[in-house]
Amino acid sequence: MTEQVTFTIDGQEITVPKGTLIIRAAEELGIIVPRFCDHPLLDPVGACRQCMVEIEGMPKPMMACTTTVMPDKAVKTHLTSELARKGQEGTLEFLLINHPLDCPMCDKGGECPLQDQALAHGSNASRFIDQKRRYDKPVAVSQQILLDRERCVLCARCTRFSEQISGDPFIELFERGALEQVAIYEDEPYESYFSGNVIQICPVGALTSTSYRFRARPFDVVTTPSVCDHCSAGCTLTVQSRRGEIQRQLARTNMAVNEAWNCDKGRFGFPHLTAATRITEPKLRDGDALVTASWTDVLRRIRSAVTAAREAGPGRIAVVTGSRLADEDAYAASKYARAVLGTDDVDHRTRFAPASERDELAGIVGRDTATYADVERAGVIVVAGLDPEEEVPILHLRLRKAWRNHQARIVVVGPHLGTLADLAWRHVVTAPGTEAAVLAQLAGDGPLDGSAGEVAEALREVDAPVVLVGERAGAGSISAAAALAAAGDGGVAYVPRRAGARGAIEAGLAAGLLPGGRRLDDADDRAAIEEHWGALPAERGRDLHAILTDAAAGRIDVLHLIGVDLARDAPSAELARAALAKVGTVIVQDLARTETVAGFADVVLPAAGRQERAGTTTNWEGRRQRFARAIDGPDLVQEDWEILVQIAAILGKDLGFSDLAALRAEVERVGRRATPHPLPTVDEVVPAVGTAADDDGAGVTVVARPLLLDHGTMLTGATDLLATARPATVALSPADAAAHDIAAGDLVEVAGANGSLTLPAVLAPDVLSGTVVVPTNSTDEPAGVLADRDGRLTATLTKVSSDAAEEVA
Amino acid sequence: MDIGLPPALVTTLTFVVLVVLAWLLLTRSVLGRGFSVPLRNILRGNETAQYPEKPRPVAPRFHGRHQLNRYADGLEKCIGCELCAWACPADAIYVQGADNTAEARYSPGERYAEDYQINFNRCILCGLCIEACPTRALTMTHDYEFSAPHRRDLVWTKDRLLAPVPPGGDDTPHTDREVRRRGLNYYGGLAVTPPTLHGGRFKPAAPAPAARAGEVVPTGELPAADELPPDPATVGGPTRPEPGRDR
Ligand code: SF4
Ligand code: SF4
Ligand code: SF4
Ligand code: SF4
Ligand code: FES
Repeated sequence: MTEQVTFTIDGQEITVPKGTLIIRAAEELGIIVPRFCDHPLLDPVGACRQCMVEIEGMPKPMMACTTTVMPDKAVKTHLTSELARKGQEGTLEFLLINHPLDCPMCDKGGECPLQDQALAHGSNASRFIDQKRRYDKPVAVSQQILLDRERCVLCARCTRFSEQISGDPFIELFERGALEQVAIYEDEPYESYFSGNVIQICPVGALTSTSYRFRARPFDVVTTPSVCDHCSAGCTLTVQSRRGEIQRQLARTNMAVNEAWNCDKGRFGFPHLTAATRITEPKLRDGDALVTASWTDVLRRIRSAVTAAREAGPGRIAVVTGSRLADEDAYAASKYARAVLGTDDVDHRTRFAPASERDELAGIVGRDTATYADVERAGVIVVAGLDPEEEVPILHLRLRKAWRNHQARIVVVGPHLGTLADLAWRHVVTAPGTEAAVLAQLAGDGPLDGSAGEVAEALREVDAPVVLVGERAGAGSISAAAALAAAGDGGVAYVPRRAGARGAIEAGLAAGLLPGGRRLDDADDRAAIEEHWGALPAERGRDLHAILTDAAAGRIDVLHLIGVDLARDAPSAELARAALAKVGTVIVQDLARTETVAGFADVVLPAAGRQERAGTTTNWEGRRQRFARAIDGPDLVQEDWEILVQIAAILGKDLGFSDLAALRAEVERVGRRATPHPLPTVDEVVPAVGTAADDDGAGVTVVARPLLLDHGTMLTGATDLLATARPATVALSPADAAAHDIAAGDLVEVAGANGSLTLPAVLAPDVLSGTVVVPTNSTDEPAGVLADRDGRLTATLTKVSSDAAEEVA
Repeated sequence: MDIGLPPALVTTLTFVVLVVLAWLLLTRSVLGRGFSVPLRNILRGNETAQYPEKPRPVAPRFHGRHQLNRYADGLEKCIGCELCAWACPADAIYVQGADNTAEARYSPGERYAEDYQINFNRCILCGLCIEACPTRALTMTHDYEFSAPHRRDLVWTKDRLLAPVPPGGDDTPHTDREVRRRGLNYYGGLAVTPPTLHGGRFKPAAPAPAARAGEVVPTGELPAADELPPDPATVGGPTRPEPGRDR
């Protein structure tokens, strides 16, 4: 127990732990000391001098935000001390001397701490009669963020955020005195995935966003709590809409999940709901064109296609759902596939997963996973097959917090470090897809050398390490990670990228998996589900790879895609496109006119977006959060689960629910398996290293890693946001670069099995030689075109032109 | 009958008694008070207004329908700040702000009203919006003849609310080049921060610290102390050329 300190504030006695700041202690008593620079999640700096209080025995007023509590002292705030009150009034007058007071055209007007505190604590008149300092304004710090230096009160919240929280080279305070100003660095481009947060924490209208600029005032907007649907972090958001249109999204404080932050994708990534590519009506294919049809027509068309496919024989219908669905949709889709279509050919993953992963996924459900809090506390964090900043940005902030607060040792297992390069303590280099073997070795007792040896040592030293496994970690990684975590009594988590992935696992949206961590081949599990769903398919179905392979071979007649753009997102674009072209009826239920919709869909069903409906979502921790409907969608869109209920009805089946409450009640009744299935042992699922076919030396292995801001469906229309996207590059090791005579900046053609990408080269010492890293979906053609039909990514490198930069110039 | 009083006195007393009785009847009884009104008005002149043939002038501070004013050169005074909408107790005003651009400038400064509507179905003509307006863009006219056969027609938009273009001025939008050439001081020298005049794409933040220091825009000398501040609602004289502003 930490030492406690007792003292008084405005005559009220309070006891708080030693080291508490006076401003925090005052808050506990409900006394709000005015402040600008103080932020509970940032280190104190005492830049604005607004929080003056009088402390007994001190000759001058002290800053409540930088002074820690002292035993038995009497602290007097502006409420009881004339000295403090006058001091605060004076500070405000000084702050307003150079302030433009253009509140009428300031985006912060109406929610501005400076306005509010000037009204509450300032004097009525200013004695300043001279000309104010002027700057050009606004200037663009990035395409997303505008800076008005005249309004800045130099509180350094923005610069502290970028230094302490996001760790990006962002903005800094330059100059001194009256000319002190926020600016960007000269030689480093402003690049941050978290830049939107500085807008939210700036206590004045100095930092504003281009997308919300002049859009609305606080009293115009309707505020709805929501949860972000862009990744599995599960950030809580505030959606603000005016006249049924979203104006902006803000991070909502939730200390357990996103603290008070979110990423720019979550903050600015909503224009896709109103973009030109949005699907607003049901459509049917007529030759090359998609023509608008009524819901009745499309449902009838689905009925005839499904009936014909059933008559043609078993196994001719399959369902693939992306991972954007809400939990309710995932459950409805799972039930719809099994109980209505009678098939277990269903997958929520847009990757070709090893068959053994089913048992691992079943084992995850109901088991304690590591949480954000565990990550924050852990001394050693092992990250495998995951690039948190690009995939789950808020997790990256937690890793950074652990790294900054107590020098947590972050270990990256995989072929490259990616964005963890600054934070990583050790990098255990593995070939892509063989992460599991390393994790297993670390968990075992065998002697290890090199960085693996150091890591093993570190893991033995600390309590409760955390092991995080991403989607790119190879077969058996989840089991191996669990074994590794168990050895150190730590936590483990599977961290998928997309928002609905964990919910889909819970709902059993994979062949052989049933809701609540049950398995199709377990008699008890089957009985438990059949009680609610009726007869289940007898055999375990096909996963994405088998579905696409069979479809390409003409063995599937109806493919129902729910929120997934297989033509771009499948690991093998060639296989996916061949399959989609071959399938008789492709039913696509989605938000936007994706490549799949435009090129292959026969029936298009318009679905409602996250902000247009209520629902539940589960983040990577397994934490369930509800979100509310913020706006009305286009007239003819329906929620995904509603669409499935109607398809079931026209096929003569009743899904058993017709409203969200009944659906949730059923999910509740079905529940989870009483005891989770054990995870498979490491020996069962981790393939031995070195079994991969030896390459002939000419080619390189390609790692396709998604970037946060890319050509994803849910980013269309967010022009300003996409302008801040990181450029698509091919990262390769200096050794490979030398071998291929490639220098940094050269345009390189990466030619794979079925296509090629031409990208500027970046030399990255952390990339395993013989391996190159390309973005999944940041180029005109996705990286999936490089893959062969099994999703294997190998390529040859050819230099197209040297020094792209020179050419541009 | 002779009670020994002179007849003149009797006549006078009788008259006094009758006057008192009449006064009591007219002031103390309900009937009398009722009759006193027509009696009094018989003596007054004719008050009937010959409306609509001869409408009478209204009081100088009459609250008629609103108008969005312009500066002498035709630029709109409204900056789309929504303060009027905020002040309105009847929620009758809708404003949507937008950015002025270099090629299409509607008002001085960064912001203008892209859409401005007053719903006269709701407006109670209280004038609180007028008090809130920081630029005197919104004022009330003496026009009260704006009833309409259809509710929809009572939602007034900018095309009806905007004041006519003053003689010599141009309708909006203007270009920044024209506006700069005119060199008018829109906020009449009263505003501490004259409106910035560069619209369009935002200038990227200058990176080098040394370059930034030189970028502080000097605003020239102070107005002389005895100089009468011009009416903020009118356009003042030309401002001094601002070094560094002319890019
Ligand atoms: S920052 Fe606040 S006080 Fe300053 S102009 Fe904007 S609204 Fe007004
Ligand atoms: S820009 Fe805003 S957050 Fe940054 S120092 Fe200025 S006032 Fe503070
Ligand atoms: S006059 Fe009153 S009711 Fe009418 S628009 Fe103005 S504030 Fe609203
Ligand atoms: S009329 Fe006045 S108060 Fe209303 S938006 Fe325009 S400038 Fe602001
Ligand atoms: S809040 Fe204490 S100095 Fe700024």
